[in-house]
Amino acid sequence: MAASETMAVGPMREQVRERAAGFLISRHHYRWPEALPWLIAIACYFVFPDRMTFGSQVLVMVMFALSLDLILGYAGIVSLGHAAFFGIGAYVVALGSLRLGWSEPISGIIAAGVVAGIFGAVVGWFMLRYRGLTLLMLTIAFAATLQESGNLRSDITGGYDGLPGLTFDPLFGLFDYDLYGRTNYLYALAALAVVFYFVRRIVYSPFGQALTGIRENVRRMHAIGSPVHLRLVTVYAIAAAIAGVAGALFTQTNAYVTLTVFDFDNSAKVMVILILGGTGRLYGAFFGAAVYMILEDYFSKLSPTFWQFGIGLLLVLAVLFARRGVLGLFEDSSAYLGKRKKP
Amino acid sequence: MKIFRWLGLAALALTVGGTAQAATIKIGVVLPFSGPNADLGHQIDKAFDLYVKLHAKDIAPHKVQIIKRDEGPPTGAVAKTAATELITNDKVKLLTGFVFSPSAIALAPVINKAKVPMVIANAGTAWITKLSPYYVRLSFSMWHPAYPMGLYAAKTLGCKTAAVAYTDFPPGKDSVLAFKTAFEKTGGKEVLSIPMGSPAQVPDFTPFMQRVKDAHPDCLYAFIPSGAHATGLMKAYGEVGLKKAGIKLIGPMDLVPDNKLQDMGDAAIGTIVMSHYAVDLDNAANKAFVAAWHKEYGANSYPDFMSSQGWDTMHAIFDTIKKLKGNLSNPTKVIAALEGWSTNGPRGHVMIDPKTRDIVQDERAMEVYRKPDGMLGVKVIGTTKAVKDECKILGIGRCK
Amino acid sequence: MPHVATIVVSILFDGLAYAMFLFITSVGLSVTMGLMGFVNLAHGAFAMCGGFFVVSLTRSLGVPFVPSLVIAATAVGFISIPFERYLYRQLYKSTDLEQVLLTIGLAFMSIATFTYFYGPIPKSVPLPDWLEGHINLGFRAFPSYRAFLIVVGAGLIAVLWYAFERTNIGAKIRAAVDNRRMAESVGINVDRLFTLTFALGSGLAALGGGLAIQLFGLTPSFAVLYLVLFLIVVAVGGLGSLKGTLLAALVIGIIDTGGKYAFPVAGNLFIYAITVVVLLIRPAGFYGRE
Repeated sequence: MAASETMAVGPMREQVRERAAGFLISRHHYRWPEALPWLIAIACYFVFPDRMTFGSQVLVMVMFALSLDLILGYAGIVSLGHAAFFGIGAYVVALGSLRLGWSEPISGIIAAGVVAGIFGAVVGWFMLRYRGLTLLMLTIAFAATLQESGNLRSDITGGYDGLPGLTFDPLFGLFDYDLYGRTNYLYALAALAVVFYFVRRIVYSPFGQALTGIRENVRRMHAIGSPVHLRLVTVYAIAAAIAGVAGALFTQTNAYVTLTVFDFDNSAKVMVILILGGTGRLYGAFFGAAVYMILEDYFSKLSPTFWQFGIGLLLVLAVLFARRGVLGLFEDSSAYLGKRKKP
Repeated sequence: MKIFRWLGLAALALTVGGTAQAATIKIGVVLPFSGPNADLGHQIDKAFDLYVKLHAKDIAPHKVQIIKRDEGPPTGAVAKTAATELITNDKVKLLTGFVFSPSAIALAPVINKAKVPMVIANAGTAWITKLSPYYVRLSFSMWHPAYPMGLYAAKTLGCKTAAVAYTDFPPGKDSVLAFKTAFEKTGGKEVLSIPMGSPAQVPDFTPFMQRVKDAHPDCLYAFIPSGAHATGLMKAYGEVGLKKAGIKLIGPMDLVPDNKLQDMGDAAIGTIVMSHYAVDLDNAANKAFVAAWHKEYGANSYPDFMSSQGWDTMHAIFDTIKKLKGNLSNPTKVIAALEGWSTNGPRGHVMIDPKTRDIVQDERAMEVYRKPDGMLGVKVIGTTKAVKDECKILGIGRCK
Repeated sequence: MPHVATIVVSILFDGLAYAMFLFITSVGLSVTMGLMGFVNLAHGAFAMCGGFFVVSLTRSLGVPFVPSLVIAATAVGFISIPFERYLYRQLYKSTDLEQVLLTIGLAFMSIATFTYFYGPIPKSVPLPDWLEGHINLGFRAFPSYRAFLIVVGAGLIAVLWYAFERTNIGAKIRAAVDNRRMAESVGINVDRLFTLTFALGSGLAALGGGLAIQLFGLTPSFAVLYLVLFLIVVAVGGLGSLKGTLLAALVIGIIDTGGKYAFPVAGNLFIYAITVVVLLIRPAGFYGRE
């Protein structure tokens, strides 16, 4: 390098760093469209007070899909066994209530998240050395093994008939659960908001940028000395913890859990939901879960066979024409409209 | 002449009903209409529809409005949402259906809060009726066929030793426990107990059957979910040579469901099942039921034990409507009307036990044989009358 | 209890029959995944399709069982060609995830379609007499159908091995699996090769589906119920490897059968244990390439 170039490196480096920081900070700012999903969710409470039971299930699914987005959308880990952590969280809360008398709901879901996160860290440390089909099969095998082991000890887990009659203390000692599920809905919404806040901070942090780097070009990340494996295990553990919280909410809002929480179908369903909504966009989880579950509810009343056909067709069309999901379509069309506005 | 009968009935209705308003009673039907268990839901649904169609005039001037929702998979969550919304949105007076035990189990807290009677048309876990005073069951508990079979095997079939094999989920475990309790009480000895994989996927039954064969029991009591498992098990039973070795195959009706019996071939001949229903059952109500079924659904469609349960369920509901004159707003009265209800239906005499709100019905030992026309059928070779759920009588486990 | 040797022979025989079913149905998936790098989760749907063709041929048209198998396999093989040409080909360059999702979507559509036409009640096939009996070898009688499975499997293995190792086309396929660009540059029409291999794989899946009816019964859900099992065989064996798929099928078939005989409480745990152990030690499977 010529002497003149080396002399200029110092101030240049400062400039680059400033620009990078500015970029990250700008993404950190909340933009007004972000308020929309939350406003809609709160509005539903008032507009559809008789569908709150269904609404709670949608919110649980949103949280579950959000946790998958962390690993799939941001870190690029393809997992068809994410229901494993959902199930772990679900059973921690159930067994805690039944056997330890631990029926305080909020500490329950935190505990569920912690336990699921620990499992995620341990399992992830072994599995995340691999990619592609190998990793996929390992994730499937882990969830299936949990389910089979749970059946082996159905004296503890209740097997496929599950653990009924779970009771949970009223929230904050004040708000009890009503038949219409209104308390549950607000509870789930609040939990989702808290979780979302943390996820958003992670994703727009330097850590989140590193994840995107890993997703886009693993080799380069290795080359620049980024601790890839450690980062992957960390995000996997965080995603596992969030999935665990979702599972705990599921148990609490249903007051019931069975081994079917570990079903392969659940892992596949949450992936379909996330893809349809759009990965790597955080709000994809919201759109995907809401749209999927509402459509499922509507069509399965008409004709369940038609529903299955419809969702299959939607998937095929999505892959062929809308690879980045519903949100991707929004982005594309607003970019298109934006272009048209300019002369 | 028929017309006088109708005129008479109409006059009676007018005088007795008087100024009674014609009520439309909303009934929520929750059954699996999608997924791998859809055929179970359809068997019951068809029975419901047929009964409503043929007997609508029985409750005139009142009408029923059936609202159907998908029970979903046996996780309990979908059924819970569906039934809760039927209660809160559609304001149904009564819920019925429920093929899967987890659905009924999940709903207990909701039913207890909402106080909406639930008339169960299938779900068979014994302790379900204990979960709520508003649960009435018209179908069966796993113990209904299994316990009498245990007694029958030891006393009448002369089995001194038995092996039990079951699909590894709660109905299977319940069923073999019931069998074992009765069998060992009567001097039999259970020599082997094998779980045979999960209900979701039909396994290769061959290694399980081979293991049973190597244990040389007199009888094999088997429990599998009705459906594809049944055919798979029967074929393996024949192929591995258990029949030739003289090991008698016994079990509940799920072993030889009516709509799959013809596919099972010679291996099925000689199988003895304990059941509350078979399509060949020789009583007037059943003959009429089967004839009406064929007329509505075609000669190739057969009702099975689930259909008979659905038929009796709707019958009980209709009788309750008549008894309460269309006013189902008081759940305690509805339950009281159902308690002690009895009829001579396709299953023979059935009654709802007032103490447990569970069904009391005859269990028949039936043997599979080849009829003169070449088709496979079942013939009744013994009847145990008025069987109650022994699990609750003996107070075993959660039945206490 | 009978002699240990008899038990071992029984397990080996039953396990071998089960392994043959696994091999026949999975080999097509392994070859297409290895050759085209395409994750085809609709593979189970082709198997299910073949099964229903066999049911219709035998029950409605009265065609005997074995010819039905051949006809169904050929028919499905041909039907799969337009799928490959017009749909799958667009996604060869896409990510694994997109291929997974497209093919899952196709699988759902096929399940719904077949449920509409055939209904959800499980189906079975009428077998000819010679397949319903037993072959008595003195110390044990072996079910004829299982023996049939083993014979068909062995025959297929021989044919496939010969085709892959000794024919021109086989050589071309092997070349394209090893190094696609090189194969193209020496003039091999890789596109046509892909179509041919895909048709072959789908036809074999259909054959497996038809053979499975006697074992497991057939419902439209077959398309996804056993899919995880096929994926396990393929992953454990190694993509694109005939030897690998066979070895994986044998290992899984025999250990699962033995496990079910000796420790039935464990359920499917043996299969998952094998998957985890093999993949942790050899991530690319027995004979896969890194």
